[in-house]
Amino acid sequence: MTDNTAVKKTPTKEEPALLPPVDVIEDSSGITLFADMPGVPKDKLHLHVEADTLTIEGEIDLERPEGIVASHIEVGVPRYRRVFTLSKELDSTQVSAELSQGVLKLSIPKAEHAQPRKVEVKVM
Amino acid sequence: MMYRSLFPRDWLSELDRLQHEVQNAFHLSPSIRGIARGGFPAMNVGGTPQSVEIYAFAPGIDPATLDVQIDKGVLTIAGERQRQAATAEATKHIDERFEGRFRRVVSLPDDIDANAVEARYSDGVLRISIARKQSAQPRRITIQ
Repeated sequence: MTDNTAVKKTPTKEEPALLPPVDVIEDSSGITLFADMPGVPKDKLHLHVEADTLTIEGEIDLERPEGIVASHIEVGVPRYRRVFTLSKELDSTQVSAELSQGVLKLSIPKAEHAQPRKVEVKVM
Repeated sequence: MMYRSLFPRDWLSELDRLQHEVQNAFHLSPSIRGIARGGFPAMNVGGTPQSVEIYAFAPGIDPATLDVQIDKGVLTIAGERQRQAATAEATKHIDERFEGRFRRVVSLPDDIDANAVEARYSDGVLRISIARKQSAQPRRITIQ
């Protein structure tokens, strides 16, 4: 638990962050990513897609009583960050995100041209 | 699991805590997994003169299935995290998130009031506030 100072810093690359555990599942329609980010409210979650790079970033915002003194800390950094490289067949303009109970669900569909197609084989 | 008091009272555990803090200061990312060494859920514990505060980082759990108990000064948080089964044609590329049953136990300080407990679950964090006994709180004594 860190001091809840009034000074708000903008996250930079240099700031330490936790790596959230993720599950990545791919099926024929696209990729679904689940990330565990407990303590991050909706307004403190930042998703950036730039070229083929997807960045997931979130600030932990916990309600703390005044004058709290920590005696045991396992989550010592109030921030999560993880960067992924997207492949070409994914349509990064169609990313949809849901955040529920600290779990982020990202759906990245495959681009139209990359969708599987059945090729008919004609028997002559 | 190694036993370690979460409420240091003696100088040895204070030393232990100091060592951890120094380590964390040097290794700015204390855990590469986001989940610290203690297991799932990761926990932060703190206190104020009026209460003991426990934060359990347990995302994606139905709060109704969480089992929180206080018995003889020991707090137990237990539950199960289930993930939706992937369909047959889906491929799992990365599989890091915790799945299954979990249980964590915290020994509480002696001055807590086991009847004044409040537990809330929001944004995937379970926060348990346990009030300290009235008799244990600092009081000003008037001189007759």
